[in-house]
Amino acid sequence: MNPSLILRTSAPLLLWMPLVVSLYVLVRGHNDPGGGFIGGLIAAGGVLFYAIARGPTAARAVLRLSPVALCGLGVLVATASGIPALLTPETPYLTHFWWFPTLGVTLPLGTALVFDLGVYLTVLGMASALFCALVEEAQ
Amino acid sequence: MMLALPILGVGIAAVLASLARPRIASVVGVIAALAALTVYLTQVSSVAEGLIPTAAFGAVPALGIAGGLRLDGLSLVFVLLITGIGALILLFAEGYLADDPKRKRLVAMLLVFMLAMLGAVTADDVIVLFVFWELTSLTSFLLVGYKHEREASRRAALQALLVTGGGGLVLLAGLILLTMAAGTTSLSGIIAAQSAVLADPLASVAMVLIILGCFTKSAQVPFHFWLPNAMAAPTPVSAYLHSATMVKLGVYLLARLNPLYQEEALWQALLSYGGIATALTGVCLAFRETDLKRVLAYTTVTALGTLVMLIGIAPDLSITAAMTFLVVHAFYKAALFMIAGAIDHAAGTRDASQLRGLGQVMPVTALAAGLAAFSMAGLPPFVGFVAKELIYEAKLEMGSAATGLIVAGFLVNAATVAIAVVLSWRLFAGRQLVAPSGAASPPHDPPLSMMVGPVVLACLGLMAGTLPTVLGAVLIDPAVTAVLGRPADVTLKLWHGFNAVLALSAATVTVGIVLYLLWERLVPRLKAVSLLDRFGPSVGYEHWLAATLRLATRTTTTIQHGSLTGYVRTLVLVMAVACLGMLILRGGVAWPEGGASLDARAGLGGLMLIGLGGTVLARTALQAVLAMGLVGFTTALVFLMFGAPDVAFTQFAVETLLVVILTTALMRLPIQGRDGRSRQQKLGDAGVALLCGVAVAAVLAAVLASPFDPRLSVWFGAESLPAAHGRNVVNVILVDFRALDTLGEITVLAIAAFAVVALLRSNRPPAPTAPSPQGPLA
Repeated sequence: MNPSLILRTSAPLLLWMPLVVSLYVLVRGHNDPGGGFIGGLIAAGGVLFYAIARGPTAARAVLRLSPVALCGLGVLVATASGIPALLTPETPYLTHFWWFPTLGVTLPLGTALVFDLGVYLTVLGMASALFCALVEEAQ
Repeated sequence: MMLALPILGVGIAAVLASLARPRIASVVGVIAALAALTVYLTQVSSVAEGLIPTAAFGAVPALGIAGGLRLDGLSLVFVLLITGIGALILLFAEGYLADDPKRKRLVAMLLVFMLAMLGAVTADDVIVLFVFWELTSLTSFLLVGYKHEREASRRAALQALLVTGGGGLVLLAGLILLTMAAGTTSLSGIIAAQSAVLADPLASVAMVLIILGCFTKSAQVPFHFWLPNAMAAPTPVSAYLHSATMVKLGVYLLARLNPLYQEEALWQALLSYGGIATALTGVCLAFRETDLKRVLAYTTVTALGTLVMLIGIAPDLSITAAMTFLVVHAFYKAALFMIAGAIDHAAGTRDASQLRGLGQVMPVTALAAGLAAFSMAGLPPFVGFVAKELIYEAKLEMGSAATGLIVAGFLVNAATVAIAVVLSWRLFAGRQLVAPSGAASPPHDPPLSMMVGPVVLACLGLMAGTLPTVLGAVLIDPAVTAVLGRPADVTLKLWHGFNAVLALSAATVTVGIVLYLLWERLVPRLKAVSLLDRFGPSVGYEHWLAATLRLATRTTTTIQHGSLTGYVRTLVLVMAVACLGMLILRGGVAWPEGGASLDARAGLGGLMLIGLGGTVLARTALQAVLAMGLVGFTTALVFLMFGAPDVAFTQFAVETLLVVILTTALMRLPIQGRDGRSRQQKLGDAGVALLCGVAVAAVLAAVLASPFDPRLSVWFGAESLPAAHGRNVVNVILVDFRALDTLGEITVLAIAAFAVVALLRSNRPPAPTAPSPQGPLA
């Protein structure tokens, strides 16, 4: 694929805007439409556009980790979010805990967000893995 | 606790033997077997008085398995034989395989087998028994196939495994029916619940299944063919498994369940006629063989048939005869097998027609063989005589009903006498023939390790014969009590006075000697009867095996044809047929009530039809993918319009990515762009697609037509905010209420990603290497 100059130059925008939107969608998911799956898909969309514009090696460099490692990290994070529940005997695995610190506004923080982050990473890793493997250029 | 100790000890010894050097492994094995024997010997006095030790073992209450070990008279006889003969065999194996550096594998396997046998005969639970039963089949497979480089060994091992394993499955079915009828898996509990078991409508089915399972294990007709073929195993294995222990396991289970079934006419008929038929078959086929091991194998078949018959016939004395004969046969058969191994080791051949006069060079072996053969022929004062007398006495007690059995038994015994003389007199007495080739040095008495076994066993046969009362009180009486289910008064005597039984025994020996004199002329004549070779059950087995393999090949090539479109077509078709079938079974298609009014949202249907038309009419795959994307986006709009924003959001994102990825795939992978199907294929595929669409639509309509139960949605809606601090119920369900399901889903996603990456990587052509220094044409 030989992307045009316009596509190559606007690639960073095609990457970062979806990424920011995806993070927003991830965090708002608990109270409004959104969540980990959708956020991950939107982020993957951004990475895919970047891979079309600049190539898969550049896309992988943006991700820092290899896509399948990202999948694994996501599953690990999701599994780990349930572990605090094992520390108290009466709560089974994956019971979520919440804290509400006030720093001006009351922030709802909980292990549910960590779980959703794991889902996000897995979906992002999977779609990127599929796509980068497909467009791999034989060097 | 004591009962589990030998089993665990032998197990540990097996592990140690597999790790140690070969010599040490044999020593470990012998020590373990002797230690187990000692433990069991300490229990002899208590069992003789009627106190039955038990132990807990392998209970799984969650599955309803009671578990447990139990050592009554019957089990005691078996464990003493297993450990005692096992120790002698392990000692023999050390000498027989002295130049085999891998023999620690054999020792370890023999120990595992010993463990399995001990577990099987002491198990008081049907499931524990079955597990050990199958373990004996498995270890037997590994032991028979010990010399796995030879094809004959592999085939024999597979045959033994398939026959006994198949029998094991049948046995399992029978045992499960028995458990369901009795309400417990405990063997003693089942026997105690006799009336409940026999009143069950499937009682005779269970009985026949169990009998079939035991028949395969104990090589009864028509399952006898695996035993002579298993002689491909090394001699220590044959001596242990296929004469003294494993094949007796079927007899053990029949004896164990005898208190339950002994009054049933079907049980008596099957066992007595099956047993005597087996005995006759064994003896006729034994007369066609000159290979020592095969002769011994067929006589083992005969002995097993006799044992089964004795358990089946009615008089109580027959059980005494069976138990005595069990011990007798174990002694002399193991001894004779070991002697056959010694002869093979020393003279290089096992062909009885070529060996004569070995007694001059192998005197100790000759003595042991003579003693064992006397016991086999049933001559006084050997314990074989005691057993044979008991057998005749039991049959005579049955009166005129048993005339056929008596005549058949007479012939069997006479033939056994003949073979006993062959194995002793003919082999060892007289002048030595020309020294057979194939031996490293002229034949001589084997080393001590190989001599101990036969001599000890032969002497035991003599001792037990001269002191039968000791044997009777200590071992046979508790065993018969266990098999009959009621106390028996057993006295074994050597001399019963001049009566019909003695006359029968004398006549047997006479006819036997006549048969021996005819042996040399009978064998080639019987061998020439090729009918037996062409139509036996062994041939049937070969045909069945070949047919099964052909069926497997044909099924695999039909189902795994490698065409992706074929797989997809099959999947879609099966799904459609399953949906329609289910609807028909439930009584037809239902249509939801209350039509909705037609509003602007109906336009989405039109948009979808445009997408559908585009997909079907597209000329290239790229056009089809884009049109399908339109259908997907329309679906997302439908979700949005009908109040499911999260699903719509997901569908939009998924559809976008799907179109991008599919398009990239089409451009990168060598998929043909244009549709290459013929008109007929297109019509066929259209039909399948239409059927699937109609089926799914009908199912959806039926789902909508059934009343909606709102309880779950109400609960989730109510609990979402207070318990999970979230207003988006869908997300809260995914992340909190059903988080474990979501964890599973993302694991599946990760696995799919790995699989796709691996497949795409393996398909890529290897990266071109640096150009060779000789230039591109080199």
